[in-house]
Amino acid sequence: MTALCEIRQLAVTYRGETMSALKDIDLDILGGERLAIIGESGSGKSTFARALAGLLPDGAAVAGSLRWSAGQPRAGRDIGFVFQDPSASLNPVLTIGEQVAEGARRHLGLSRRQGEARALEMLERVHIPDPAKALHAFPHQLSGGQRQRVAIAAALAARPGLLIADEPTSALDMVVQVEIVALLDELVREGGMTLVFVTHDIALASGFADRVAIFRDGMLVETGATGKVLAKPQAAYTAALIASHRDLATPPLIHEAGR
Amino acid sequence: MRLLRKLLRTPEGAIGLGLLAVLALVALFAPVLAPGDPLRIAGRALTTPFTDPAFPLGTDRLGRDVLAGIVHGARTSLLVGLAAACAALAIGLCVGLAAGFAGGIVDEALMRVVDAFQIVPSFLLALAFVSVIGASVPVVVLAIALGAWADPARLTRAEVLSVRERDYVASARVIGMHPVEIAFREILPNVLPPVLALAAIIVAAAILTEAALSFLGLGDPNIVTWGSMIAEGRNVLRSSPFLSVFPGLALVVTVVGVYLLSEGLSKVLSSRGGAT
Amino acid sequence: MNRALRLLRRRAVGSIPVLLIVVVLTFLLLEAAAGDAVDAYLLSIGGGDAAIAQSLRASYGLDQSMPARLWLYLSSLARLDLGWSVAFDRPVRDLILERLPNTLLLMGSATALSFAIGSALGIVAGARPGSGRDRVLSTLSLVLYAIPGFWLGLVLSTVFAVQLRWLPTSGIETIASGRTGLSRAADIAAHLALPVATLTLVYMALFLRVMRAGMAEVWGLDFVLFARSKGLSRARIVLRHVARNALLPLVTMLGLQSAAMLGGSVVIESIFAIPGFGRLAQEAVSGRDTALLTGIIVTSAVLVILVNLAIDIVYAALDPRVGASERGA
Repeated sequence: MTALCEIRQLAVTYRGETMSALKDIDLDILGGERLAIIGESGSGKSTFARALAGLLPDGAAVAGSLRWSAGQPRAGRDIGFVFQDPSASLNPVLTIGEQVAEGARRHLGLSRRQGEARALEMLERVHIPDPAKALHAFPHQLSGGQRQRVAIAAALAARPGLLIADEPTSALDMVVQVEIVALLDELVREGGMTLVFVTHDIALASGFADRVAIFRDGMLVETGATGKVLAKPQAAYTAALIASHRDLATPPLIHEAGR
Repeated sequence: MRLLRKLLRTPEGAIGLGLLAVLALVALFAPVLAPGDPLRIAGRALTTPFTDPAFPLGTDRLGRDVLAGIVHGARTSLLVGLAAACAALAIGLCVGLAAGFAGGIVDEALMRVVDAFQIVPSFLLALAFVSVIGASVPVVVLAIALGAWADPARLTRAEVLSVRERDYVASARVIGMHPVEIAFREILPNVLPPVLALAAIIVAAAILTEAALSFLGLGDPNIVTWGSMIAEGRNVLRSSPFLSVFPGLALVVTVVGVYLLSEGLSKVLSSRGGAT
Repeated sequence: MNRALRLLRRRAVGSIPVLLIVVVLTFLLLEAAAGDAVDAYLLSIGGGDAAIAQSLRASYGLDQSMPARLWLYLSSLARLDLGWSVAFDRPVRDLILERLPNTLLLMGSATALSFAIGSALGIVAGARPGSGRDRVLSTLSLVLYAIPGFWLGLVLSTVFAVQLRWLPTSGIETIASGRTGLSRAADIAAHLALPVATLTLVYMALFLRVMRAGMAEVWGLDFVLFARSKGLSRARIVLRHVARNALLPLVTMLGLQSAAMLGGSVVIESIFAIPGFGRLAQEAVSGRDTALLTGIIVTSAVLVILVNLAIDIVYAALDPRVGASERGA
């Protein structure tokens, strides 16, 4: 796989802040891969995602280079972005259909009728129940999980080659999380897209990512194939992250503290 | 205090406070700046401004000094503005607190009364009031206050409702604080900031309403006001427009000062009150 | 449609107790008048003795007790009878119906113009908050909003009507001109041009500020960032996403301002001698005509209620979340 994007010495400092949100990031994003960016709060993973997509706020200082193999990507056309909070991503006063179609209409030059057809097609692909009715519905009429599907449909409507998802499941219920991850996996595979998936949940990422990149305090700690990193973590922090993962099989906390 | 310093750091707060400070000083020292009764005949009628050093802004049809009128008129405007706003806020705060706290039927009934006062155009209410009781400064103040108290009442009630359910109020209740004590010590200090931001707007509206009432001849006839000066000047608008222009400019400057101060205030209050 | 009708009915029913409070309070207020319309009338005709005053009062029903008169008033109100104007010697209702259309024409045009221009300029300012354009427009609107309407009316009248003689100084149309149809409409338009311009300038400033403030707030919301991530054109983001949402508080403000605008018509009509509703209020005050004044206040309240109902419907049409029951998480 060739590098879709070569990131060298990337550093980002927000306006008015003295500490950098990101420092000295060297990473390659390979075409067609599923890369998981893993880190806790304040690790800079969201900043990285936004820097990649060109969505940093005004006044943010960016240093270093992002070299794209296919030339500077355009938002919507080449990169699709999915945010964490589906309720906030959608404009409350516009219909679902309009919001899914608008990206496609802008970049693919579709007419109104064609845009609506494309929106319908996308809603079907993300498995929205009763997509024809959903076209004319408004965001407040859908559940959280459904809104996130709509957001994914809207982000992918113009057929971008790269999808960046910034904690797309963190605001959703457990069962819905699994569905959304499965949906993303399916869409990315079907479309031959590259996926950059930002999360704090290492277990979630391990389920489907090809490679993982561990972030901590704005720096890249470790990167590599998922299986290798999980089995033999090079950095102490990665080991700690893996160890601190809890599921139903882990022994209870209170006992450990008391020992 | 710190609030003042923060306020002066914003451009709006600085300019607004500056303008109003100058105005307040002018109003305060009116008898010194323009001694004697401003309504007395001081000189030749219709002197053009900037020609006679004794009357820098000219004189009106009866020979009254325009500058004296402006300076003394500042007293009326500021006095009425502040007094009416204070009265409106006092009434509004009481009603809003009562409604927000009591809830139930009392709340419903009070809110209907608030609705009634919001629906009637405040200028018409002021007109009716002044016409019924007579035109004097206290009556004008009360008339304006009656038209203006509804908004602060509504705002106060909304704030009370939101603050009432917060944790620190619940803990006060658990400790056993008396409800009235809770109202004053816990709730009022948090309700005050947004209501204060509204205060400046009320002052500006009061000043303009007083001017309009005076213009229509419904203000206090025994004192000089900017509105009555504009009305006076209307008679000679073609030949001596300055008689109406100067008091009008004075009004604009005053109101701009109040608005700037209010913008500065809301900037400062919102930046610090945002985090809960 | 159903959602709107339900909302409408609920609001209309809720307005009735409020209207009742307005009527009762107004009546009580005007009770405090020391000397009623009969006194003012006698004063205007040069005096009269107590017997005449007594008989006049009896014929107008002004000699009964206050609760009795209140009840009498309420029952006639239910029949849409607003009483008798002593100063004009005509039914109050007729007077109001005669004068109201002029004011509605004046206020309607001014509101429409100021809303259109104000929101357009507000969008221009709010498209890039903090830019030079924004700062200029914000300062301009601040000064404009501070200008007293009556003073602006005087200034415009002096410049355009008196000095330049481009437009007529007063009235709503050229008296006894015998014009009809389009020519009459043009004549009325010329007469209303200055008062409408005055009101438009003052209210435009308010709408500009509200739209601009609304847009500045909406810019920070996530769905705008999402729209940017889709690579939409700036024009589309500004208009279809930001302005479309900022429109909501603006519409609310329109409703809140309707009462103030009606009150503002009094001075403007006085300056430009427009025979309208506001002018009638002033005449009622000088004629100490309590029946007329009460009728005017009650009518204003009804008008404001109606305008707010209309605004509620418009708002519901613009915001799909209103009145809907939430399904789903």
